[in-house]
Amino acid sequence: MVDTRSGMEGAVRPAEVEDVELYHPHSWWTRYVFSQDAKIIAIQYAATAIAIGMVALVLSWLMRLQLGFPGYFTFIDVERYYQFITMHGMIMVIYLLTALFLGGFGNYLIPLMLGARDMVFPYANMLSYWIYLLAVVVLAASFFAPGGPTGAGWTLYPPQAILSGTPGGRDWGIILMLVSLIIFIIGFTMGGLNYVVTVLQGRARGMTLMRMPLTVWGIFTATVMALLAFPALFVACVMMLFDRLLGTSFFMPAIVEMGEKLTQQGGSPILFQHLFWFFGHPEVYIVALPAFGIVSDLISTHARKNIFGYRMMVWAIVIIGALSFIVWAHHMYVSGMNPKFGFFFATTTLIIAVPTAIKVYNWVLTLWRADIHLTLPMLFALAFIVTFVNGGLTGLFLGNVVVDVPLSDTMFVVAHFHMVMGIAPIMVIFGAIYHWYPKITGRMLNELMGQIHFWVTFIGAYAIFFPMHYLGLLGMPRRYYEMGDTAFVPASAHTLNEFITIVALIVGAAQILFLFNLVWSLFKGREAGGNPWRATTLEWQTPQTPPAHGNWGKELPVVYRWAYDYSVPGAPEDFIPQNQPPTGRLTREATA
Amino acid sequence: MTPILVFMGILAAIMIWWLARHRIASKPWMEVGLTSAGIDRGGAAPPTAKIGMGVFLAVVGALFSLLTSAYFMRMNASDWWAMPVPWLLWVNTAVLAANSVAIQWAAVSARRGQHESVRIGLVGSFVLGGAFLAGQLLVWRQLVDTGYLLTTNPANSFFYLITGLHGLHIVGGLVGLVRTTAHAYDGSDARSLRLGVDLCAMYWHFMFFVWLVLLALFSGYASDFVEICRQLVT
Repeated sequence: MVDTRSGMEGAVRPAEVEDVELYHPHSWWTRYVFSQDAKIIAIQYAATAIAIGMVALVLSWLMRLQLGFPGYFTFIDVERYYQFITMHGMIMVIYLLTALFLGGFGNYLIPLMLGARDMVFPYANMLSYWIYLLAVVVLAASFFAPGGPTGAGWTLYPPQAILSGTPGGRDWGIILMLVSLIIFIIGFTMGGLNYVVTVLQGRARGMTLMRMPLTVWGIFTATVMALLAFPALFVACVMMLFDRLLGTSFFMPAIVEMGEKLTQQGGSPILFQHLFWFFGHPEVYIVALPAFGIVSDLISTHARKNIFGYRMMVWAIVIIGALSFIVWAHHMYVSGMNPKFGFFFATTTLIIAVPTAIKVYNWVLTLWRADIHLTLPMLFALAFIVTFVNGGLTGLFLGNVVVDVPLSDTMFVVAHFHMVMGIAPIMVIFGAIYHWYPKITGRMLNELMGQIHFWVTFIGAYAIFFPMHYLGLLGMPRRYYEMGDTAFVPASAHTLNEFITIVALIVGAAQILFLFNLVWSLFKGREAGGNPWRATTLEWQTPQTPPAHGNWGKELPVVYRWAYDYSVPGAPEDFIPQNQPPTGRLTREATA
Repeated sequence: MTPILVFMGILAAIMIWWLARHRIASKPWMEVGLTSAGIDRGGAAPPTAKIGMGVFLAVVGALFSLLTSAYFMRMNASDWWAMPVPWLLWVNTAVLAANSVAIQWAAVSARRGQHESVRIGLVGSFVLGGAFLAGQLLVWRQLVDTGYLLTTNPANSFFYLITGLHGLHIVGGLVGLVRTTAHAYDGSDARSLRLGVDLCAMYWHFMFFVWLVLLALFSGYASDFVEICRQLVT
């Protein structure tokens, strides 16, 4: 083993940090509302994201009701249906998943896991949340605007997004959507700078890059990607706003609308698609990488075993992040692009499968012969692995041009992306909430309610999305309001649609139970203590639970080891916290 | 999408260099105790604010690279008529260059502790930055008066969009200058003043660099350059 202990007798005196470095709130308002404490901001982010996410959940119910029972619910007309699917997609991808992983978990976990007192720019961090809230309010306002929200589909493709045929196209809907996205991106950039620079500068003594928990690696890499990818969406939104409001023709080709020739001409809708997907594909990994990181920590902690292939896991995260910037056009195989590009993008897409598969193998090998505790976080982590493998495999189908062309715009695509970036990351979010709730509140979540929530959600998600693959293979198109009498769709497909709708209602209801659990356990939950999962990472070693302002009391922790010292032979306990100094005891390599 | 990919390539090289310096190939499970790398942080490490500014400028760089990419893609359409470059644009460029010199002078003076020069440099930089902005608005007026409206041609639309976004960033830079100048006059401590001036210098140099790239884009030098590169490759 590398001898790094020469000249050091056990513990090193921790670095004391002057109190003046930390901003201290003086009133209730600055402590809990306009707070600059990353932990409060994290809870604000998470609460807002979950609230708007519930709206998206209800929208998915409504659209499923239409698909399962076309004609029964007269208030869901064609326009409303398109508005529902658009807002459902946009809210889930951007305002829930991105905000919850980076703004929620990023804010809570980065400073605590790195042994920092707070983010490096707390004021910008606070602004980030309030700007995010403004973006959500603008988005929600579009429900009440004349003409309702936009119904352009979450990809907002021009020219239809800003024409009168699309709901909200000539009304307020699309304008509010674009403005909300622009605001979101500005707010996110402020937060993102914080997360990145805190990882670069805020680490405790001894916390080398390669000692960071994989959660931090995942959030860090995803934030770097988001900072570089969101400008593409920003540019696309600003240009489309110009097209819509000022009559420029960035994206608008010569077009006849309602018998009237528009003044615009020559614009390129494909240009928008390039910009959108230059953001859109990295976005998939902006959501997936934090999930990868968090699930690695959940598995290691609840299987009482060090993560298998830590180095490879870190490299895979970085490589996936880099590769995801050169695969965007696989969303555009049917846009009529040069077949040579299709070949290039299919190749890069399939190459991403390599680092991703390495991660899956490493999770499975971590579980191999481990002391698996089937706690709720572990159950959700296992559910994530199988769901992610499932969604990933259909991704290999769709990554190939020849297979993608017939499957494009069918329910198969809906099934694929819901599995891989809907269900899989949501499973991790649930697992992470069950895992860190005791640290955030000091109490455990109720186990029975959690078990019901898990099994209903897990089995239900498969009952919803597995049959959709079959519907897609039949050729059932996505985004259709109703199928009507179509020769190639058999009656059984309609029965299947009814089944999916009923399951979707049940799974949605289970999420209400989860929210109830969050509130109920806040008051009635079992006392958790500081480290209920007997975990090694720094956030579990805080002097108080929930951690106080400044996180660490007077002295910052010093880190002596990596984040995964579980079941070390010869150690008195089956975990050694990262800040526990070596006591001259032999490590596992020395005993071997 | 070539400009943004080139930009990403440069960033990737910087990140790989940075990761390589941080023992990305070490075996953390073998190393218990305080490793030397873990202790030596700090000391010569650059201040957090500068790192933050660097990351922010990378984001701004991505924004303008994307606009450049969109410009190149839209340029190939048949309805594109390149805009003339008003001579005032070259004057503005000279003003922005002078601004860069002024802020650099302020930064050097701050390092030497010459407070009076710092103040002159900051005020001069603010005046020149403001003059650039006014000059840009004048260019807009001239173009509008000669009939180059926003919607007449996509080249015009891009010109107004890109110079407008660049102008917004210039406004942000002016706000930063005002704050730093206020610090220079209320006699806050030398170290934080030096940091503030350095941050302003980073930002304004970058804005000048971005402007040069944009000017090459508008004057057609950039597309000539791309054409030469393409011929070399094929």
